[in-house]
Amino acid sequence: MTEKTLTPPPHTEPVVFTRDMLDWLPWIEPMAESDMTERHLASLVDASRVKSPYFRLLARDPDVLEARTRTDKDIFYNPEAGLPRAERELAAAATSRLNGCIYCASVHARFAATYSKRVDDVQRLLDEGVGTRLDERWDAIVAASVALTALPIAFGPTHIDRLRKVGLDDAAIADLIGAASFFNWANRLMLSLGEPATQG
Amino acid sequence: MTDVIDTLVGIAPGSKLDAIRANRSEARKHAQTSYSSLFEPADLAGVTADERHAIAAFVAGLHGEPRTDSFYAAKLPAGLRTAVAAEVAAAKSKGPYGRFPKGPLSVEDAPGPSWKTSPAGRKTLGARLPAAFEHTHMLVFHPRDAAAPALQSLLDAGWSTTDIVTISQLVSFLAYQIRVVAGLNTLASTL
Repeated sequence: MTEKTLTPPPHTEPVVFTRDMLDWLPWIEPMAESDMTERHLASLVDASRVKSPYFRLLARDPDVLEARTRTDKDIFYNPEAGLPRAERELAAAATSRLNGCIYCASVHARFAATYSKRVDDVQRLLDEGVGTRLDERWDAIVAASVALTALPIAFGPTHIDRLRKVGLDDAAIADLIGAASFFNWANRLMLSLGEPATQG
Repeated sequence: MTDVIDTLVGIAPGSKLDAIRANRSEARKHAQTSYSSLFEPADLAGVTADERHAIAAFVAGLHGEPRTDSFYAAKLPAGLRTAVAAEVAAAKSKGPYGRFPKGPLSVEDAPGPSWKTSPAGRKTLGARLPAAFEHTHMLVFHPRDAAAPALQSLLDAGWSTTDIVTISQLVSFLAYQIRVVAGLNTLASTL
């Protein structure tokens, strides 16, 4: 028998980009916690994610979920050298803003604001979009994320020159490439398997 | 095991980029594990190896990054490779486009087409791949147009919920891998 998509419960859809906490409602059935084997549970990496319908849905292909999560964590959380955490998050937020992932943008705009303490600049990126002006360093990071996200991919040596001029070394540029590229992965899952909802 | 990103960028052991990637050794290792889990899994479950490679070749063709494009095309049997190339030629677009939820963001709407597999492709690609390709085109070029009916189309074509998770991961992983290859290639050209 053909399966059917889920009808999410009544909720309010966010219609602007926001730093507020949002919920996410799946369009196809996540695994039931009671059906999850040791392998499924291990694929969550963080045990608390068993409460998340998003991760219980992705756990249907546990090997891919675990590899995805461990890639994600190293790109964003590894404190060793490279791009400061705030600016990895800025690249993630800018990519999500351009692709249109309101849920992803909310999470990573919060992180970017927390780590940079530049709440107004982060909010301006959400409100005005990736064409806004922040400062030369952040503009260079946003522009490089946009060029990597666009199709055809527009990222070229001029973006790298501009990043070097604002102080990014080779390791920082590689981190930016990793962060913006990773959100082209994350945005597509979040956008296509369910929808965001305002909390409360 | 060969690292696909290193191979496609041409990163030699001991090079500058090799050292930079070594600083993020977990990301490097698990990007490769993502690849092997999608294309060389212990259990293919509901998505065959040819289906996985056909979708990958379609994604890579749509991105037009030459190294990844050749890499995935080379994994297909000749007949399927020709069929995929024909669909790529008809489907190639610019992105990201799409609509936002109705409201203040509507001024930023960039509406665009939902692509359909060609009649010839419907004949040669079998029962399930045409629907997967149509979904893939949306994921690649206009992911913010995604909605539940798109997933129903996949279910109606005979893909299961678990198959949809695998296919979605495959397309989305490639959106990452292809950009890393393009980005690191550009960085390498400036070192």
